[in-house]
Order: sequence, then C-alpha cells, then structure tokens
Amino acid sequence: MKKDRRKFLSRILQALGGLAVLEATWVAATFLGSQRGKAPSDNGARVHVAGPVERFEPGSVTAFRDGEFYLARLQDGGFLALHRKCTHLGCTVPWIADEQRFACPCHASAFDIHGDVLSSPAPRPLDLFSVQIENGIVKVDTTKSIRRGRFEPLQATRV
Amino acid sequence: MYPQRRGRSYVVLLKTSELASVYPYSSPDLIWATEPVWTSTNKPGYRSFSANTLIRHARPKHVPVEALRYTLTFGLGGMSLVLLLLLMGTGLLMIFVYEPSPERAYASILVMQQEMLFGGLIRGVHYWSANLLIAVALLHMLRVFLTGAFHGLRRSNWLIGLGLLFLILVAAFTGYLLPWDQTSYWAITICTEMLGYVPGIGTAIQRVLLGGAEIGPATVINFYAAHTSIMPILLVVLMTYHFWRVRIAGGVVVPPGPGDHSEADAEYVPVDPHLLLREYVVMLVVIASVLVIAILFGAPLGEPANAGVSPNPAKAPWYFLGFQELLLHFHPLFAVFIVPLLIAVAVISVPFLKYDSEQSGTWFLSAAGRRIAIVAATTALLATPLWILADEFVVGPGGWLPNSSPLVSNGLLPFITLLAGIVAFYAVLRKKFAASMNEAVQALFVLFVVSFAVLTATGVWFRGSGMALVWPWQI
Repeated sequence: MKKDRRKFLSRILQALGGLAVLEATWVAATFLGSQRGKAPSDNGARVHVAGPVERFEPGSVTAFRDGEFYLARLQDGGFLALHRKCTHLGCTVPWIADEQRFACPCHASAFDIHGDVLSSPAPRPLDLFSVQIENGIVKVDTTKSIRRGRFEPLQATRV
Repeated sequence: MYPQRRGRSYVVLLKTSELASVYPYSSPDLIWATEPVWTSTNKPGYRSFSANTLIRHARPKHVPVEALRYTLTFGLGGMSLVLLLLLMGTGLLMIFVYEPSPERAYASILVMQQEMLFGGLIRGVHYWSANLLIAVALLHMLRVFLTGAFHGLRRSNWLIGLGLLFLILVAAFTGYLLPWDQTSYWAITICTEMLGYVPGIGTAIQRVLLGGAEIGPATVINFYAAHTSIMPILLVVLMTYHFWRVRIAGGVVVPPGPGDHSEADAEYVPVDPHLLLREYVVMLVVIASVLVIAILFGAPLGEPANAGVSPNPAKAPWYFLGFQELLLHFHPLFAVFIVPLLIAVAVISVPFLKYDSEQSGTWFLSAAGRRIAIVAATTALLATPLWILADEFVVGPGGWLPNSSPLVSNGLLPFITLLAGIVAFYAVLRKKFAASMNEAVQALFVLFVVSFAVLTATGVWFRGSGMALVWPWQI
C-alpha cells in the first residue's frame, strides 16, 4: 500500500517535470519564433514596379537585382517573372543572351527563356513570381515564389 | 599502495587488504601516514609532470605498458582535445571583435585581419584547428573502429563519439558562414538547399536554420549563436562524458596478453610520468604544427558575399564535398537523404551487430583481416573513380534510362546497382575469403571509408568550372 503511494507520487513528480520541460520548450520556441515571424511582414507585400510594357522587347530578358528576379518577355508578348535562384541548389543563374539560356555556374543546369530545364541536374523549372499589368505598367509581386512542373502558356501575363 | 603528495608531508592511501602487511594492527579503511613513503614518482628531487590535481584526477594512477605504444592509438583523441582547446581559446578572443550581421560581418573580419595585432594569426589558428579537428576526429573514429574498440563497455562510447563528430561538423559548418565572403555565402546556400531535398521536414529544417526563406540577417544570428555558444557547450558536456566512458571501460584498448585477457597479466606503469610525458609531447607537437601552418597559410578571406553572383564553381566546405559529389551522380533524394540515412544507420549499428568474437586492441584483427581490408581498400580505390568516369563520359546527364523519370533513371537504378555491388562484395568476402563476421564488417567499413574519401578528393581537387571534371592544376 505504502509502496504504491510512493510510486504514484513519484510518477506525478515525473509528469510534472516533463510538463515543465515542455513548457520551457514552448516558451523558448515562442520567444524565438515571434521575432522571426515579424521580419517579412515588416516589409509588407513586396511589389516591384518594373516599368511600362513597351520598354520590354519580345524575346528579351531583363534582370532586376533588388527583386531577385528576371522579367522575361516571350515572343508572343507575354510576361514571366522568373526567380533567379537555380532550383537545384540555389545558386544565382545569369542570363546568357547569346545562347538564349540561363546557365547555372554551380552544377551546369540550364534553363530556356520560359524557365524550363534545358539540362539537368535541376529538377524543375525556375520558380515564378506573379506579374500584374496595370495601366500599361508591369508590376511583380515577389512576396511568394510559385513552383511549377513545366511551362504552360497560361503562366504568362499578357496585356 | 598509491602515494599522494599533500603539501610537504606524504600521505599514503592503503586498501584494507594491504593493511595487514604494513601495520600490525587492524584499522579503518584509510590510514593517514605522516611519514613519507618513497616510490619511484615521489623520490626527493623527482619533479612531477603535473602537480595539477585536476589533470591527475582525470586519469588513472597506472596504465598498462601496452597502452603507451604510440602506434596503438596515434594519440588522435588527445590531439582532438588539444585542437578543441585551441579553437575555444582563439574563438573566445574573436567574439570580442566579430559583429554578427550581413552589413558588419565582413568588415569586422577585415578589421581583425588588417588592424589588430595578431588578428591574422588568431584567425589562422582558429581556421586550421577547425579543419584539422575534422580530419583528426575522423581518423580517430577510424582508429577506434580498426582496433575493434567498440565492443562491450565501449559500445555507448562509440555512439557518444558519433555524437561528438556530428557536433564538430555542425560547429564547423555554422562557423563557415560567419566571415560572410563569397565562399562562405555560397557554400552555406548549397548546403542548406541540399537539406531542402529531405522529404517532408527538409524545407522546415531549412527555414528554421536560415531563420527565413533565404540567407539573411537572421541566418547570421542563428549561426553565430550556434557556433559560439550552443555547440561549444554541447561539445564540452559530451566530451567530458566521452572521457569518463573511456575510464569506465578501463582506458584505451590494449591487445590481449599472451595468457588470457585478465588485467593481472598486463604490466602496469605509473601514469605520471609515463603517460603524461607522452601526452605533453603530442600536445606540443600539435600546437607547434598548427602555429606553423597558420603562420604560413593564414585563413582565407575572399570577396564579400554577393547574392547576385554565384562563383564558379560553387563548392560546399570540403567535409561535405563527398555529398556534393554524390549529388552529381544521384538524384538529390538519394544523394542527400537516402544514402546519408543509410550511412548513419550503418555507422550507429556498428557496435550492435552480432560478431564472431569481441576481439579488440589489434589493428585489423589479424593478418587475414588486414589482407581483406587491403582488398576492400583497393576495390574502392578502383571502383569509385571508374563509377565517376563512367557516369561522366558513358552515361551522360540524362541518367541510365534517359526517357524515364529522373527519380528512376538517376536515382533508383544506380542505387540498386550500387547496393547489389556491395552485397556481392560481402558475399565474395564470406565465401571466397572465408572472412569472419568481424573481418567482413571491417572490410565493408574500409570499402565505404575509402570510397567516400575518393568522392571527397574528387570534389576538392578534380571539379572545376561548372563542376566539370578537370585536373587539379586546371582549377
């Protein structure tokens, strides 16, 4: 009888100890997480004004360093905002105009003007940012990048 | 009878069993003798190698003569400790100068290098100690494995050692980002992107490490905190435990005596001076070597980090280049998840496999064990470069079956081939070479270690622009 009570009490103590650890972990995670969560919303939605539609020739690619994207104007006049980060391991891909391709310096992946993979090891096309055209002005929202399987004409924004 | 010196008088602690022979009367367990008891280590004029009671406390009073033989252990564990102390000393100094933010990090390193006295030396010692520590810790693990020091009481210490190795790698990796130059920025980018391929939790881990979607101010703070407090604290705690477990297991492994395994057989000598002398020599040699290397080569510092331009080639730190090399041959899911997971499971299970014997203390177990290990090393030395070359020039970028999905063509198919090769190798060892379980496991371990060393060497010296295969002098 006495032993059972002792066992019961020590179980309770253990449970309380476990609870204390959980609480401390939760407090620590909340403390650290609260600061992290704030960072992006400080900047609000990140919309970049790229410029008037006419400035971009069909078949051209323009780099926007601040927004970390390329604005590609396709031959049919559609706009694509391509994230400059290689989908393989995150290197920045430069646009090689002569060869009409994005060539990653890190592992030799290559992408065409639509962001589609020309040569592996990249597993998927370059990510997109959403493009809006308001009153003939191209705007790119870089808050969230969009993953995709391959290029489809509907992904391009047209005037 | 183990004499101890306390102040000017000499004190001797006697076991009850020894009492009868010395004193004619029975007494409590301990007797405080006021007269000196002379032994080899406390003769007048003898100077102890260590009057420090902490250093004495941390080790036994006597060790087997065999344990002193340098080629048994090569002093690798002690070297790791010395390197870690050098890292803590220099790191502690740099904390006062370094500023953990993307704007200030590189500039503060420049201040350290160019304006502060001994700044370059201190950074150089830190850099080279870190790189050497990884190499020495890996060699230490190899030594422990090849002398069979992972049976019985040493089981748990194998796991603690693995934990220490993991902590060392994390500490080195988190330190790699801090200089904020091009090399560090892109190496960390590549490594954290590798994590993103771990199914399910990969992206979440990546976000926690980076403190956001990409490397930024939060990343520097995270890495700085991990590098300068979390990792050192964990390392010290686990390291102490590691040493204590060595004591529990009766010191370093020694080969079985001529008669039986009993300790009574072995010849014992006092730790002070025999072991302490040797440890001091190793320590001084390590410190001198690190100083010379640091003075000659310093720590590299490239252009400041630039998120817009990836250097070509962009490589992970050398200790992860084996995995980056795997990435060139396997689908990312296999290269950064399945293969490392299998390696981890295999290495963790080493002390828990069913062995034919628990023999330890002899390198490579036996003459036959050594022969089989050499066969394994040669196989790896030939097969790994062949695999790399075949993948580069015969198979090509499409994978084995260019028309199927990359997961099969670049992942499942080569992976199954690799597994089949390993199983076949194991079967040959057991059948043809009549290897015991100990010898077979040892050979597989050697096969794996040498393969990975070849992969790492390829990544470091044979991968140039665009990660194409080149000769070392063409990089």
